[in-house]
Amino acid sequence: MNDSLYLDEARDPLIIAEGWMKDGKDVAIATVVETWGSAPRPVGSHLVIDADGNFHGSVSGGCVEGAVVSEAVDVIGSGKARMLEFGVADETAWQVGLSCGGRIKVYVERLG
Amino acid sequence: MDPYALKALNAERRARRAAILVTDLGDGRDRIVREGDQVAGDLGAAIAKAFRSGNSGSVEAEGRTFFLNAHLPQPRLLVIGAVHISQALAPMAKIAGYPVEIIDPRTAFATPDRFPDVALHAEWPEDVLKRQPLDSYTALAAVTHDPKIDDFALKAALDANCFYVGALGSRKTHAKRVERLLALGAAADQIARIHAPIGLDIGAASPAEIAVAILAQTIYAFRSRGLDVSASAQRSESILEKHDA
Repeated sequence: MNDSLYLDEARDPLIIAEGWMKDGKDVAIATVVETWGSAPRPVGSHLVIDADGNFHGSVSGGCVEGAVVSEAVDVIGSGKARMLEFGVADETAWQVGLSCGGRIKVYVERLG
Repeated sequence: MDPYALKALNAERRARRAAILVTDLGDGRDRIVREGDQVAGDLGAAIAKAFRSGNSGSVEAEGRTFFLNAHLPQPRLLVIGAVHISQALAPMAKIAGYPVEIIDPRTAFATPDRFPDVALHAEWPEDVLKRQPLDSYTALAAVTHDPKIDDFALKAALDANCFYVGALGSRKTHAKRVERLLALGAAADQIARIHAPIGLDIGAASPAEIAVAILAQTIYAFRSRGLDVSASAQRSESILEKHDA
């Protein structure tokens, strides 16, 4: 019943985000807020990103993380939250998509 | 996200307490709601539902869209007794998503040979629970049949408000147990929370079937916890009545 068995502090995105904040870094948090079809990561999943583009966690099986990271760096700069949508046919807005055929909505916000 | 909200959320998660981060997707403002906090209206109803299911999602309330991110501690099952039932229960519970730990001071019972891949403590519950306190996301099943081993753990589980407390033994055995727990200082309404005889009444006969009955009752207790207490209490009473019949 050691807590570390149940909360992996070295990999947990929200614990990492708090640590980055303590180190004085600028941080963005991306959260899966909606999924349709076969989405790779469940609603509530997090990706945390710092201003240099370092990241932890995941919002998809690796399909759209690159795009989310570059959006997140903009969000850190502007402080304005964004809602991103990714789907397999969604080629107009984004250069990336989900090969599994699902669709996801990701909320990207700055910490603080 | 508000940095204070993040710190508060992580503190709850580290302490194995349930919390929901509520974000207004319109203006980005967020706040932490802890289990037991009162929130009015449609939003409050959605929050209560998210605490029970553990599912995150968006909700429309008061003309706004909120995202509820539910952070529930991983439920777990602590078994007192490295007995035959536990040998079947441990792998079943693990598959169902309830990691298991087993405590039994009898070193001949609590052997890694008999319990491969299980977190095993060949110590008295008093010693283990001092190090690793129980909490409301833990289920406790006492199956040794030995008051010296079971009683302390049962009292500790009631005091920690474990979401499930079950004890092996006939009604006669349980009546004696009730007297001992009263003598240990447990309140009568606390003792009433103990499921004894343990497990759903499915006519289980073999140790493996009894394990199924215990696991099913644990899952039911977890999924019905917190909400509509009177109705769920009635339902478990009717289960016990069937036992008595």
